[in-house]
Amino acid sequence: MKPRVGFFDFASCEGCQLTVLNLENELLDLVELMEIVEFREISSAHGEELDIAFVEGSICRPEDVKRLRAIRARSRQLIALGACADTAGINALTSDRPVAELVREVYGDKGEAFLVAGRPRPLEAFVPVDGRVPGCPIDGGEFLTVLQALLIGRTPELPTFAVCAECKLRELPCTFERDVICLGPITRAGCNAHCIAEGDRCRGCRGMVDAPRSGPYYRILEEYGLSEEQIRDELRLYNLGGEAKK
Amino acid sequence: MKIAVNHLARIEGHANLVIDSVRGTVRELRLEIVEAPRFFEPMLTGRHYSDVAHIAARICGICSNSHTLVSLQATEQALGIEVSEQTQSLRRLLAFGEILQSHLVQLFFMALPDYYGEASILPLVHTERALVQHALELKKLANDILRVVGGRPVHPVTPVVGGFARLPEAADLQELRRRLVRVLPDLEASVEIFGSLDYPDFERDTDCFSLRGGDDYPLFGRQLVSSGGVDCAVEDYRDVLEEYLVPWSTAKFARLQGRCFMVGPLARLRNNFDLLSPMARQVAEALGLTPDTANPYRILAARLVEVVHGVERAIHLIDELLLAGLQAEEPLPPQRHGRAVAVIEAPRGLLFHSYSYDAQGRIEQADCLIPTAQNLANIEADLRARVPELLETGREELTRQCEQLIRAYDPCISCSTHLLTIDFA
Ligand code: SF4
Ligand code: SF4
Repeated sequence: MKPRVGFFDFASCEGCQLTVLNLENELLDLVELMEIVEFREISSAHGEELDIAFVEGSICRPEDVKRLRAIRARSRQLIALGACADTAGINALTSDRPVAELVREVYGDKGEAFLVAGRPRPLEAFVPVDGRVPGCPIDGGEFLTVLQALLIGRTPELPTFAVCAECKLRELPCTFERDVICLGPITRAGCNAHCIAEGDRCRGCRGMVDAPRSGPYYRILEEYGLSEEQIRDELRLYNLGGEAKK
Repeated sequence: MKIAVNHLARIEGHANLVIDSVRGTVRELRLEIVEAPRFFEPMLTGRHYSDVAHIAARICGICSNSHTLVSLQATEQALGIEVSEQTQSLRRLLAFGEILQSHLVQLFFMALPDYYGEASILPLVHTERALVQHALELKKLANDILRVVGGRPVHPVTPVVGGFARLPEAADLQELRRRLVRVLPDLEASVEIFGSLDYPDFERDTDCFSLRGGDDYPLFGRQLVSSGGVDCAVEDYRDVLEEYLVPWSTAKFARLQGRCFMVGPLARLRNNFDLLSPMARQVAEALGLTPDTANPYRILAARLVEVVHGVERAIHLIDELLLAGLQAEEPLPPQRHGRAVAVIEAPRGLLFHSYSYDAQGRIEQADCLIPTAQNLANIEADLRARVPELLETGREELTRQCEQLIRAYDPCISCSTHLLTIDFA
């Protein structure tokens, strides 16, 4: 029997699910290989038991936790799709401010009465996660690799080295040479240094390599004269959400 | 009869529809937006101008290019940067790429299954293979425009404050042009499909709000108009538009001079019918659209007209760029700091970003007003008018037609949870 697969989303921009739909060349094959039983963005069908649940987005409210637990309970494997789900991603950008204050700022005083918002958290803060596809947005090719591993019963693995390595392999000029700060040195590889190849810099959307501080890369940032404070400011876009896992 | 459709499918984001009727009269009707709020304005506050568009794009994956482009424009105006003609043309091309991509996903993936009585496009992979292949080819072409110009379809990388971080290769533009020209005759197949759909018979006229193009169908612009007589500069949008909270929604609703109104393809088309490209105008006529069309189910047809217009305009833009020759340019630096409002006709309608910057180039205050927030009250008003006509048809048909109506607007709720300080009505 074909594996039964579902896609779900919580607080997110739906860009990661869209990246899956953007695999135009592979989409018809994917439909042959697996049975997509739930994908609210494109389908009104519902399924029960699932082999794989891909879940996008951060968890903010008690009702989100309940829905996530229900998905977990009926899925053999649950995969975090994208930074929002994996680390809380961009949603964690306001983590240092009390939620009540944000609600008031955005909805005014009357807002509080009916809004139950919480701090955005990654899936892992509430349920066990069997794998992840990092990035904001995810990389379509990497999604296929993870999917392939899952379909043949292997545990999907992510690169353990930093984006810098991919950048060097592609012989791209280092952004530090034009005085532009880049988080490639401490960010987990797997995107093939996409943003740097496109003329921009790395903002660390894929999350940090394991133990970035002990690696030589963290020192590169310091060597370029960045203070602890500046490094932290750079990291806050995607990488302070780690604190949200607790 | 009580009907509750939780987590409506085939729209972006989470919404419920609740209808309660007693003996032929509708007692209650609500479009509940249940998306978790994401607090984008506070996210932007304090951020450096070089990160602002990057963050703003993540309000919505499906219109991330529009958010990026309007964000860059607001920043550039606030910082006194005037970008080159080449930059403007490339950004227009990007905007058309996104309109194509977004419209095609809506038409084929979200709307069409209703008319084929299917839950999604997936069963059609087997029963209507040619149609699905046609849709995927068109969609891929739209995405390739975004790849060549913006670096990737979702969350573009190359557009930066003051210009582009990298330019497209002339050869890639030529290849895109070849494919765009080749696709034009194929679009006739789409016109046939959407021309033969059995659109429910329903009309409710409303105020149509859009930019007014100068000599071109509008994308960017400075003048807002409505069929109900609004005519104002973009800077003054807060004078005519007002946002308000309803207790059942985490997204705000909006009204234009006190009333509900429509933005998006049909509103644009009605206000700028004379500015459609020649072929798009023919298609509009073939699909029975006029400057007076008041059937919201026909927004689908208006979307298809814009697809044709977008393909034609993209070809012309590429011609202009290639003829002028692509010039390497460094992104331009800020000249001053202050406040500015920018607007773009995003796939779903008017999208406003307004920022003020401090002397360090960091955002002091941000305000974003997205198209779906503007359409929500109008969708509810349509449903209120439509539901009584359908009460006789039974629960299933009623639900189906309501969902179809909501989907015709292509509501994008992921980004309608936006937010700022406002006064309450
Ligand atoms: S990780 Fe990024 S692209 Fe994916 S849903 Fe979150 S904001 Fe969107
Ligand atoms: S280069 Fe950095 S920011 Fe860009 S995709 Fe890779 S990890 Fe993300």
